[in-house]
Amino acid sequence: MVRDEHKLKARIRAGIDGAATGLAVLSTVLVVAPLVAIFIYLVYKGASSLNLDFFTKIPKPVGEVGGGMANAIVGSAILLAVGSLIGVPIGIAGGIFLAEFGRGTKLANAVRFTADVLNGVPSIVMGIAIYSLVVVPTHFSGFSGGVALGVMMIPTVCRTTEEMLLMVPHAVREAALALGVPNWRSVLSITVKTASPGIITGCMLAFARVAGETAPLIFTAFGNSNWSTNLNEPMAALPLQIYVYALSPYDDWHRLAWAGALVLIVLILLAVSLVRYVTSRGVLKGAS
Amino acid sequence: MPEIHISQSQLLPEPGAPDGTAPATAALQEDSAIRKFLLSRGNSAIADRGFHWLMVLCALSIFGIVVLIAVELVLRSHLAWEKFGLDFFYKASIDAYTGLPQYWDPVNGHFSALPFVYGTLVSSFLALLLAVPLAIGVAVYLTEMCPGSLRAPLAFITELLAAIPSVIYGLWAVFVLVPLLREHFNPWAIKLFGWTGFFSNDNPTGLGFVSAGIILAIMILPIISSLTREVMSAVPHSQREAVLALGATRWEMIRMGVLRNARIGIVGAVILGLGRALGETMAVTMVIGNSPEIRRSLLSNGSSMASVIANEFAEASGDLHLSALMEIGLALFIVTIIVNAFARLLVWAVTRGAPARVN
Amino acid sequence: MGVGIEVTNLNAWYGTNHTLQDINLNIPANHATALIGPSGCGKSTFVRCLNRMHETNPIARVTGTVRIGDLDIYNDITPVEIRRRVGMVFQRPNPFPTMSVYDNVAAGLKLNGYSNHHVLDEIVERSLKNSALWDEVKDDLKKKSGASLSGGQQQRLCIARALAVDPEVLLMDEPASALDPVSTAKIEDLIFQLKSQYTIVIVTHNMQQAARVAEKTGFFLNGRMVEFDSTHKIFTNPADKRTEDYITGRFG
Repeated sequence: MVRDEHKLKARIRAGIDGAATGLAVLSTVLVVAPLVAIFIYLVYKGASSLNLDFFTKIPKPVGEVGGGMANAIVGSAILLAVGSLIGVPIGIAGGIFLAEFGRGTKLANAVRFTADVLNGVPSIVMGIAIYSLVVVPTHFSGFSGGVALGVMMIPTVCRTTEEMLLMVPHAVREAALALGVPNWRSVLSITVKTASPGIITGCMLAFARVAGETAPLIFTAFGNSNWSTNLNEPMAALPLQIYVYALSPYDDWHRLAWAGALVLIVLILLAVSLVRYVTSRGVLKGAS
Repeated sequence: MPEIHISQSQLLPEPGAPDGTAPATAALQEDSAIRKFLLSRGNSAIADRGFHWLMVLCALSIFGIVVLIAVELVLRSHLAWEKFGLDFFYKASIDAYTGLPQYWDPVNGHFSALPFVYGTLVSSFLALLLAVPLAIGVAVYLTEMCPGSLRAPLAFITELLAAIPSVIYGLWAVFVLVPLLREHFNPWAIKLFGWTGFFSNDNPTGLGFVSAGIILAIMILPIISSLTREVMSAVPHSQREAVLALGATRWEMIRMGVLRNARIGIVGAVILGLGRALGETMAVTMVIGNSPEIRRSLLSNGSSMASVIANEFAEASGDLHLSALMEIGLALFIVTIIVNAFARLLVWAVTRGAPARVN
Repeated sequence: MGVGIEVTNLNAWYGTNHTLQDINLNIPANHATALIGPSGCGKSTFVRCLNRMHETNPIARVTGTVRIGDLDIYNDITPVEIRRRVGMVFQRPNPFPTMSVYDNVAAGLKLNGYSNHHVLDEIVERSLKNSALWDEVKDDLKKKSGASLSGGQQQRLCIARALAVDPEVLLMDEPASALDPVSTAKIEDLIFQLKSQYTIVIVTHNMQQAARVAEKTGFFLNGRMVEFDSTHKIFTNPADKRTEDYITGRFG
């Protein structure tokens, strides 16, 4: 009798084990499925609308068929360039401070916490804050959009820079100092240089993340249906254009939105994959 | 004579011994050109100090930026705060014509954020309901069950989900998810669950809380999953082995040896996902329907704090309207800080300060 | 040519830990001086006080005087300046990982602003010859990465790097302890040849090594210098019982 009880219990436990495994596999499938579905759909919907016009022409007036998103692509590139000019130096300098000068100090902890806070600020809130700070005294402009994107890049760049610098072995720093190299030179030419592959990767990661941001641009760069390369004027951006077109009632604009989405996602996925590739190859292959 | 391991022949002659070693103190020697050059370089104290302060300045600017944002939000929401106070978050005015509560009324100048708080909470809660089991399931599979060769590609795919911009999720949701729900899920849900009151038939568009909840769930899945994986990996192998040694099945080992130990961190991961869901804007704005009312049915249109800002900010009618929107932004700001800080605390407690690399 | 080192009443602390107590000694110029003693006795701390490298630790503190040549290194000049005159080779070889062999050797000069390529070429060649590495790397100087050399070669690279700035003193903190016997022998030969040009202070765990290369030896124990005398005397007829115990292997 007891034997049978044990057998039954064992069977039940094995059954539960199997069910758990099944659920886990099911979850994985359910998670992977949307990604595959979205990507396939994007390719399906977007590829047919991708032609030379898309990359070279600006949008046609409402109701007319054709045109492209050339201005949005160029605009995004400009905005990202401005953003990088702001976000990358401050982020790297912050990372250098955290790793080389402030290690263990209260100030460093506060800065790190603040960078985390900045990272968690919803992008729409960032948009209205930059609106308040930059647009209100002036006007909608590519510059304010660049500022919003740049500020959003700072936490990622800062954190990865700090991480990468901390991975540089202490012995390397000592070697430089023991040669009578001044501290600033040692930090820049030795420590940062050794960690530079990782730091660049961090910048690419930040870049890929803000490339798809829409919310901070709605009230700063504002969008523009014409060619706009002037930072002092409203500027078009790819994600922004996709958003506006998706919500419009025009089929042709929907078509353009899909094409734009495909271009955007391909670029971002390329960047992310590149980052992954570089990190998995062993970023600091020289420093160990 | 003590016993020593060194033979006499190994020792060097004493200094000053006749075989020609140099005298004990060196005569002053002419410095080589290199030495002269290096001696002339100075001590770079100024450059060092300057560099140090430059780095401190940049670090402080990060501080400054956050402070500026906070200050700006507070200043601009002052108007609405003065007028409504805490009532802003729950009190409705009564519409003169219909007698019904009116929360967000730009025309008459009454603003209460309750519908948006409601919308944010409902959509986030729905998202968590859907995402958490799936995320933990994926994490369990990838950490404990997956064959080694599949692990990296699958992990990579889940992280790719995190890289997709919000607006693309929104685009897909508007043109694929919403029609899908409208044609296939909603009628079924109304038929089966209409009696609960949570699924009613008054919104034929397919937009609404359910759509928003689903797309949000897909978006917060990667964070919860990757953090849960990190937390689970931090559980030492000895824990797993101890449970297995007692004759447990694999699931029992996972449940007792890993999940139990990691549960604080998993809670942290979930809260971090919540933080992300609270602030998510674009995809939600595109599918939630944008109605400033509070309705019980999950299939009805609604609005979230983020979506109302995205929708109304550009055409805000008047300073009070704008200030009210700013106040909603401020509330979002504060809530996400608290939620994120709390979540990181929990995750840190389990992974002991290893950097939580969260997208 | 090297200079002598005069240490007077040196005390060192790491935080509240009184690591070195009342050290007094005169290290002769153009000789090799060995410092021996059990682990944790303070000999590494001591040499780091000679080029102020202990200051890289924020909780480190020093009192007393160290004169190198006629310079009081704590009051007359800054740490950066003293380290250009007092070179250091560490226990584990630490070539700069992103630099070639050439750049590694030239680092002390290039990073301090020296840019004359012809002179740099000469100095690199001379330093590598002085550290017995020239023949092994001369074909590939600018392409070969510093980190791709073997352990023994890397250490000789570090020695060349230290020599390139023409220091007056060379400090070596257990330079061969991480190396195989063949590399160790090569480095000991090197020290033997270099000491006529530089003042060398070598910290070592290996008493035979001290006996082989150094004219004078100091025995450290628990932060104090117990005995400092000619190597011959230390190893054949030590004055202090503690020295004798250490030499004969009773502890350490």
